[in-house]
Amino acid sequence: MTITDIPERYRVSSTRRETEDTWTLELEPVATREVGFAPGQFTMLYAFGAGEVPISVSGDPGRHGTLVHTVRAVGATTRAVCAAAEGQELGVRGPFGRGWPVADAEGQDLVVVAGGVGLAPLRSVLYTALADRERYGRLVLLYGGRTPDQLLFRDELVEWSGRDDIEVSLIVDAADEDWHGRVGVVPALVERAGLAGGAVAMVCGPEVMMRYAVEALLDAGLAPDRVHLSMERNMKCAVGHCGHCQWGPSFVCRDGPVYSWSEAERWFGIREL
Amino acid sequence: MKTLAELLSEVPAFVGLTEGHRELIGGCGRNVILPRGDYVFREGDPANAFYAIRRGDVALELGAPATLVIETLHAGDVLGWSWLFPPYRVRYDARVTDDVHAIAFDGACLREKCDADHDLGYELMRRFAQIITARLQSTRLRLLDVYGPPAAVR
Repeated sequence: MTITDIPERYRVSSTRRETEDTWTLELEPVATREVGFAPGQFTMLYAFGAGEVPISVSGDPGRHGTLVHTVRAVGATTRAVCAAAEGQELGVRGPFGRGWPVADAEGQDLVVVAGGVGLAPLRSVLYTALADRERYGRLVLLYGGRTPDQLLFRDELVEWSGRDDIEVSLIVDAADEDWHGRVGVVPALVERAGLAGGAVAMVCGPEVMMRYAVEALLDAGLAPDRVHLSMERNMKCAVGHCGHCQWGPSFVCRDGPVYSWSEAERWFGIREL
Repeated sequence: MKTLAELLSEVPAFVGLTEGHRELIGGCGRNVILPRGDYVFREGDPANAFYAIRRGDVALELGAPATLVIETLHAGDVLGWSWLFPPYRVRYDARVTDDVHAIAFDGACLREKCDADHDLGYELMRRFAQIITARLQSTRLRLLDVYGPPAAVR
């Protein structure tokens, strides 16, 4: 066995309920081990007795010593992870995978396009860009969700919206009259963002949303190799051995989860089994 | 000061119209300012007009019975297409959520011009069909409820 086969013990140091079914957990290693990750990477979270799931890291790469994950409770394992209380232990393998090409975006406008819980793996990108703000041109966040209550990280969205070094546009599928923001779909935000062709875009959300968001980004003049998206396809082993997440010629866990559109376009229409 | 025909050329839906057609359409338009909280129109009203929003925001709403926002429209958007199709009745409420500056077009005036000039009628029909198609696509995407619980769960 290799080190990547063996879960490390982590202790839940804090939990925060983001929405009705989504929690953010901060984890600290029980044993002394260097904790580091690149934006866009994921770990395998193991709820003992329930199972293991791939979850993107949603924390600040500049903050060492903890791993932060934002998890939506949609099945037995993710429900067990979300139910973990402070002090409880979880197993962690990883981090794994190829993350967002944040360094490639330096000197360019950086556009983050997220839908639903897809903001979680992109929050690390925003932290990174905001920490070195002068390295980038425009920093644009376009984020959509089902309803206002189901937008993640609402405190940070409010904070970022008040800053003048990041442009934040929010949109929801449905709302009541108390919502003063936009109602519609994420691609409409892309069309209105006034993006320059040299911008670099990072996209994460449901595949249907990504399909139309990428189309809008390409229509705005971005080159296919400057549009990146994070795929989520049935990852099990996380090291490219089991084959469950094979996608065209690649394994999403090992070669992704982040792909450029020029890499992903040919395989994007392949349906998950 | 710009004429209505010149302002029309800045509305995305009407980019590329001939000067003659812009003049014809502009002849049925007038500038309006609508304060926040006003209703541009209410469900069931006769559909006598459409609006090219130059500034501000509008929410399309339906009482069912609580008020639901169906879609929001913003600068550059066109509000209203019921003026073009029988029975010329408005389907939703349109509430101003941020002060609106718009060009309001008289639907009956434009329908008469379209009947008299079929080239103009074709151009307008083609452009409104694109607007309707885009809104239909947006509605379909939201009907998919892509942010809802995934079909395959862990």
